[in-house]
Amino acid sequence: MPTLAKTGNEAMAEAMRQINPDVVAAYPITPATEIVMIFSQFVADGLVDTEYVAVESEHSAMSACVGAAAAGCRVMTGTSSQGLQLMSEILPIASALRLPIVMCDVNRALSGPINIHCDHSDTMAVRDFGWLQIFSENAQEAYDNVLQMMRISENKEIQLPGMVTTDGFIISHCMERVETIDDAAAKQYVGAYQPLKSVLDLDNPITLGSLDLQDYYFEHKMPIVEAMQKAKNVILEVGRDFGQKFGREYGLVETYKLDDAEIAMVALGSTCGTARVIIDELRAQGVKVGLLKIRVFRPFPAEAIVAALKNVQAAAIMDRSDMYSDQGGQVFCEIRSALYDADKKPLLANYVYGLGGREICLEDIRRICADTQANAAAGKVKQLIQHYGVRE
Amino acid sequence: MSKDIKEYLRLDKFPHIWCPGCGHGIILQAVLRAIDRLQLDRDNIAVVSGIGCSSRAAGYVDFNTLHTTHGRALTFATGIKLAKPELTVIVLTGDGDCSAIGGNHLIHAARRNIDLNVIVFNNSIYGMTGGQYSPTTPTTDYAATAPYGNIDNAFDLCELTRAAGASYVARSTTFHAAQIPLLVEKGIKNKGFSFIDIITACPIYYGRMNKMPDAVDMLKTQRDNARNIKQWDIMTAEEKQGKFVIGELYNKPAPEYTDAYRQLREKTHAL
Repeated sequence: MPTLAKTGNEAMAEAMRQINPDVVAAYPITPATEIVMIFSQFVADGLVDTEYVAVESEHSAMSACVGAAAAGCRVMTGTSSQGLQLMSEILPIASALRLPIVMCDVNRALSGPINIHCDHSDTMAVRDFGWLQIFSENAQEAYDNVLQMMRISENKEIQLPGMVTTDGFIISHCMERVETIDDAAAKQYVGAYQPLKSVLDLDNPITLGSLDLQDYYFEHKMPIVEAMQKAKNVILEVGRDFGQKFGREYGLVETYKLDDAEIAMVALGSTCGTARVIIDELRAQGVKVGLLKIRVFRPFPAEAIVAALKNVQAAAIMDRSDMYSDQGGQVFCEIRSALYDADKKPLLANYVYGLGGREICLEDIRRICADTQANAAAGKVKQLIQHYGVRE
Repeated sequence: MSKDIKEYLRLDKFPHIWCPGCGHGIILQAVLRAIDRLQLDRDNIAVVSGIGCSSRAAGYVDFNTLHTTHGRALTFATGIKLAKPELTVIVLTGDGDCSAIGGNHLIHAARRNIDLNVIVFNNSIYGMTGGQYSPTTPTTDYAATAPYGNIDNAFDLCELTRAAGASYVARSTTFHAAQIPLLVEKGIKNKGFSFIDIITACPIYYGRMNKMPDAVDMLKTQRDNARNIKQWDIMTAEEKQGKFVIGELYNKPAPEYTDAYRQLREKTHAL
């Protein structure tokens, strides 16, 4: 298992090389361009067997992906922010047609004003399109998650497209230590793709996506509902197998020093790394604080979150995006909803932070933990939702 | 009286993002010279851009400016022009922005002959994202996405917009810097869709991948391959190989879209 210095983008491109998809269609967009650029070099150098389709927009990229996947190909792509939004028309078609396309998605703020830095508003905006969503904390996870997502998506029970995300620039462009898997082992882990259907199978002709009105449209949506339910177990199986084979096990969520914690921080992506440092610091001072990292956002691991937070007195829910609904961010709303029926649940406060790449530093995490401690001590939440780090 | 063109710039936004050797600054100053020459009231100018290196220009100029999404500058500009036909609307865009992702909007804006002034910073490459080939990258040239040479045919954007219905079409290069303001000035004066294609240098990505890593080499290439329209008209097909035409390529007034729309409203008593 070679250990290499790689950026998040390089790590994702490396995973794509090992997966060796049949087709990649993509369009450049900062900060995700590098992933498909590096991959296009692999194609040019003959290191993969992929047909690389350079298109004239992300709308065309996702359309080409759908076409190729419908023809029975293993398909991947990469994008970010505005590119992901431009794909929006096609994203729900990919899931409705049950096409296991895997996307490397770099989280970046949405325009406008135009901004190229990290927040989660792009990925959160497409959370209801029937795509599996996994967030990565660092480049290592980005690499591991891409390999796992291919297997999860292509699982016969699931057959849904999936996006693996990293945080723009924070992960995508920062070089870290990444343990990679041997090509043969990676290939064996992901497995060969055997499509369940293909529009090119002339002996078994099928129609995909044809007009479907009041008669059967509703019925045709139900398989997505069921596949998302089943996906939770499949993600756990795939993550467990990854742990057994390569030493890094993955679940739906990850807890850090949470078992006996009185207060908790709940976050996604790279912020979890920053939070771990402060949790260690506070633990050394005797504060019983822990982290709940949400790795999988779609399907939403409600049961795992309820179980993880049941003994916590107060929790800070970190949202790197806002829904502009006056109800806080997406993570907050979904966690609050998940806790509604729980017998034991913590006090919750929502922190919408880091929009447009606004830094979240150790001191910020320290302050939010102090707030959370104060909420726990008071037995009530001082401020339900706050936009943390906004200048006056 | 002529102003120092710096007065048209938002100098607090400097330093600009353009790389050493990039020709975009030459185009920007030429556009400002044309505006200065026309003595237009700067409050009556709207500058619209899309996404890419070229489109950062909108942020640097002190007019009403709108920095929009990739490929859609012309659609935003169409909305502005229809809402306020009295404004001079200038679209600063790039070859990727206006002819790839926004190609559909380009042909339809030209087809309507709406009074927009489009200046294309045509560097034959996607500069901002690292040198992917664009619809104006010449066939066989190299790009980050064409390491063994581009197999696509390139658009001639002037031919394209002329065929689509533009009433003013011109081309120049950053080598012919003195010519650009004249063409832009005439374009702005034309009541209709004015399309001005400026060939510019991207030594960092396009040049470096095509044996022209030096900005001066790229300017020399522009000088050596550009032919004035008068000369072009008497050249043989063989002589035209590898060369391109510059100057005012087409200028024929035609009914303008917002005018036609106003007339329609008058006719239907909708005013």
